[in-house]
Amino acid sequence: MLDIIGKRFWFLLISGVVILISIVSLAVFGLSPGVEFSSGSILTVSFEQEVEQDELKQELANLGHPNTIIQRTGAGDFLIRTPELSGEEKTQLKDALTTRFGGLTESEFYSVSPMVATETASNAAIAVAIAAIGVLLYVTWAFHRMPKPFRYGTSAIVALIHDALVAVGVFSILGGLLGWEINLMFITGILAVIGYSVNNTVVVFDRIRENLKLGVSPDFEVVVNNSLVETLGRSLNTSLTTLFVVLALLFFVGVSIQNFAIVLLIGVIVGTFSSICIAPTLLVVWEKGEWGRLVRWLPLPAVRGMRE
Amino acid sequence: MPRRNTLVLIIILALFAFAASALAYPLFGRQDMRLGLDLQGGLHIVYQADLSNVEPGEEASIMEGVIAVINNRINPLGVTEPVIQKQGQDRILVQLPGLSITDKEKERLSRVALLEFGELAADDEEAKWENELGRWKPATAVIGGEEKELTSQYFKENTYVSQDSLGRILLVFEWDEEGSQLSEEITSRLINQPLGIFEGTEALLGEDGLPIAPIVRSTIRDRGQIEGLSLNEATSLSAQLNAGRLPVPLEILYDQTVSPILGAGFVDMSVKAGIIGIIIVMLFMIIYYRLPGVLASMALIFYGALVLAIFKLIPVVLTLAGLGGFILSIGMAVDANVLIFERMKEEFRTGRTLGAAIETGFNRAWTAIRDGNVTTLIVCGILYWLGSSIVASAPVMGFALTLGIGVTVSMFTAIVVTRTLLRLFVGTGLGQQKSLFTVYSGKK
Repeated sequence: MLDIIGKRFWFLLISGVVILISIVSLAVFGLSPGVEFSSGSILTVSFEQEVEQDELKQELANLGHPNTIIQRTGAGDFLIRTPELSGEEKTQLKDALTTRFGGLTESEFYSVSPMVATETASNAAIAVAIAAIGVLLYVTWAFHRMPKPFRYGTSAIVALIHDALVAVGVFSILGGLLGWEINLMFITGILAVIGYSVNNTVVVFDRIRENLKLGVSPDFEVVVNNSLVETLGRSLNTSLTTLFVVLALLFFVGVSIQNFAIVLLIGVIVGTFSSICIAPTLLVVWEKGEWGRLVRWLPLPAVRGMRE
Repeated sequence: MPRRNTLVLIIILALFAFAASALAYPLFGRQDMRLGLDLQGGLHIVYQADLSNVEPGEEASIMEGVIAVINNRINPLGVTEPVIQKQGQDRILVQLPGLSITDKEKERLSRVALLEFGELAADDEEAKWENELGRWKPATAVIGGEEKELTSQYFKENTYVSQDSLGRILLVFEWDEEGSQLSEEITSRLINQPLGIFEGTEALLGEDGLPIAPIVRSTIRDRGQIEGLSLNEATSLSAQLNAGRLPVPLEILYDQTVSPILGAGFVDMSVKAGIIGIIIVMLFMIIYYRLPGVLASMALIFYGALVLAIFKLIPVVLTLAGLGGFILSIGMAVDANVLIFERMKEEFRTGRTLGAAIETGFNRAWTAIRDGNVTTLIVCGILYWLGSSIVASAPVMGFALTLGIGVTVSMFTAIVVTRTLLRLFVGTGLGQQKSLFTVYSGKK
């Protein structure tokens, strides 16, 4: 039978490295808030003639919008992100662009004032906090009949934070390198990932609960490994079907839903990994009191890797 | 058991027929899916009313006045389902789905539409307005022992646009009783001096872009006219003066304006993503699980029809994010089937009959399905709350609602529908062929 639990230190090492990269990236790049959280305007226009992005940026700087962020959509439209524009300023900007580049059509205008942005940011933060508490309470309840319910709850929460942290970390890298901003759809995606992550972990734990009751083996490690192998098909297949639809969203709907689809993409992949390789692994490490062994083991692969 | 199964099957088929007809035909007065602004285009604006100069206790009636005026201004635009409502104490939400609007028209919606008349201020006097023509103060006169400013609040609601013999555009107005007295006093005092016309902090500009400030030639008593406006501007100003001015100024807090063309593109793309997503998921299920996969695919089609029918009948306002939630739920809807089928295979391998394997598989998978979906529902609930608490609510609420409905319905379709279909094969020849269930006797 496939031995997943036996490689537990490796999985923890991989996760540790990925988490470390995420944290470093968050410390270095931070997250760039979009208009919904920091206020500002996004004007989406399409030009009748071909316009180069650099020319547009130059022209906007000449017009007194030096820090404009310009993004090109799949359909060839330009998203022009500026500080908050009043109706009059927007009309002036459009007139000036028409004079320089010829006819243009405004397909979307989105403008958020600082007051609304502050409200949105604080409410989004509250929602994430409530979601974390809600899930914590639920997980605690779901495992209250298991032996040592606290361990199951904690492991599920660690896996959840792990998944959210990696998704946020990837976005901070994307923000630092490509100027991606986080918006409400990003927060929505993160919360969906949290739900998904716990869902997967709960299914694996559910099987552990069942196998413990059946008394499959006196060795906890064997019980957990058996449960993992038995649920492996389900874990992978559900992730695949979800990945299919997420990829369909990403490829066919494009930029407007890009933040959301990318967060889900990362979340589904990482969530599957953590529900198989992290949450159950932590249970075993905890049960066996291996924290000390883990620490002693850790430097080894790094040293071995260097020798090779 | 078989008889009960037949009954459930009939109910399922009836439900499917109902869902399909609800989608194909108007039902309960619902013609089409209700689309959000981002999909059908239109306007979503939140205004903040400036109540700083309003007497305490008067706020509510002032806000009612603001809403009435905005209603009057929106009516002629011919929007089918406009939303104009108060949010909190001092905000107004305006949603105009499907409307294509120019910048000018949008500005006019929140225009106060109060014209104030001014006279040149002396050097030692405080000026309210300043422009290239000079420094201005409000034109006032004392009526009944009280000093009053001359503004368009004394216009009768019968202004109109006309042309003089030279083809110049005139905005013609008539003073009410108090206005006539004020006007008479003021114009007789200002003969051969300019009378400035202002709106808010700016001078009213003519078609030539210059401030309008006619020289008073004679005393004006009952009616007057404003020259120099463009036809367009004069027409809309006249309409607004007649429909009433806003009691307080409004500021735009949040503005989302989408052209209908862009929205239509999103619908096409989402439909394409949804169809391709569902086909890939079905192919995967059929290739991997064979006969049960075919049944799960049928359940998935049933799921899609049922969820869309619910969206239409409630109705759920579909946004791009909402469609995203629905498409995501297609991928997650088969999760319960995957759990059950994996379980069934295990039971089958231990030598159980198809009937026993089905029943045990469903029963054992149930706790995992329940516990797993509850977390998703918790998250949907929290997202819905988040959406209802913020101005930019549409995407978050849309997603929470569609995913929540999807997850709930999928528990029903994946469990009841698939089980009922599977039971049809118990005791038939097909049910004996284990390869149809991807279970091979030789394989561990």
